[in-house]
Amino acid sequence: MDNICALIVDDSSVMRKIVERSLRQAGLSIAQVLEAGNGVEALAAVQKNKIDLILCDINMPVMDGLEFVKQLATMEIAKGIPVVMITTEGSEGHVVQALSAGARGYIRKPFTPDQVKEHVLPVLEGKR
Amino acid sequence: MNPSNAPAVSIQGRDCWLPILQLATEEVFELMLAYSLQVPAELPSEQNLDITAMVGLAGQLCGILSLRCSTKSAGHMASRMLGIDAEKAGPEMWDAVGEICNMVAGNFKNKINGLGDGCMLSVPTVITGTEYSLHAAVNDEMHTVLLFEGDPVVISLEVHN
Repeated sequence: MDNICALIVDDSSVMRKIVERSLRQAGLSIAQVLEAGNGVEALAAVQKNKIDLILCDINMPVMDGLEFVKQLATMEIAKGIPVVMITTEGSEGHVVQALSAGARGYIRKPFTPDQVKEHVLPVLEGKR
Repeated sequence: MNPSNAPAVSIQGRDCWLPILQLATEEVFELMLAYSLQVPAELPSEQNLDITAMVGLAGQLCGILSLRCSTKSAGHMASRMLGIDAEKAGPEMWDAVGEICNMVAGNFKNKINGLGDGCMLSVPTVITGTEYSLHAAVNDEMHTVLLFEGDPVVISLEVHN
């Protein structure tokens, strides 16, 4: 998929920049990167923009990542947008919760650009 | 280096937690900052560690995991994470140190059997300055000192239950 629009959702601006850099290092063709600091901001961004990929933290103020994914799943406009969680909450229970809520992938922090590539590319290619 | 996921230490085995805490810290610096922390030959002075990042733990383990370092170290951490000039790092350095602390806490708890799902993390808080006191009902405490670019980084785990 070329020239994608990615939405990065994390309450840390440092992590948002690191995730963006990792996406570019993974060789993805990115036309635009949008940022949101919590689930509420992310839902607003989804309503206003055509987004191809969402990378989302779990632990965030206002609305956490799991609630965001659940609400996203109810939005007609968001159907088919793949969500990959990127979080320190790396337990099996959290992975199951995220995937059950609608996420298509899960990356544990700390991570390498290679791990981002390994999890994001199959999702974008529709293999997950 | 990849974070080792297989939990080998139980929640009851607190005597074994310190090396796990150290390993969790080393992995975060290796993966996110491309830096190998060193174990100091002798304990360095902990003066001038004027940045403290804290992450709360709640659930099967209640407590606080903290990371203390100097402003200079925090700037260099932000520099390594973001590719910016260390001297020009402003609010990014607090965010960077908070996120490092958050990742150390997450990486640590994921290495302890039973804590992954049974322990929640708070969002990080960062304090600047040294003139403060923290009051909590601490039952157990452990800390490790590692060197980042020659300066100390102190990682502490205070257990409240």
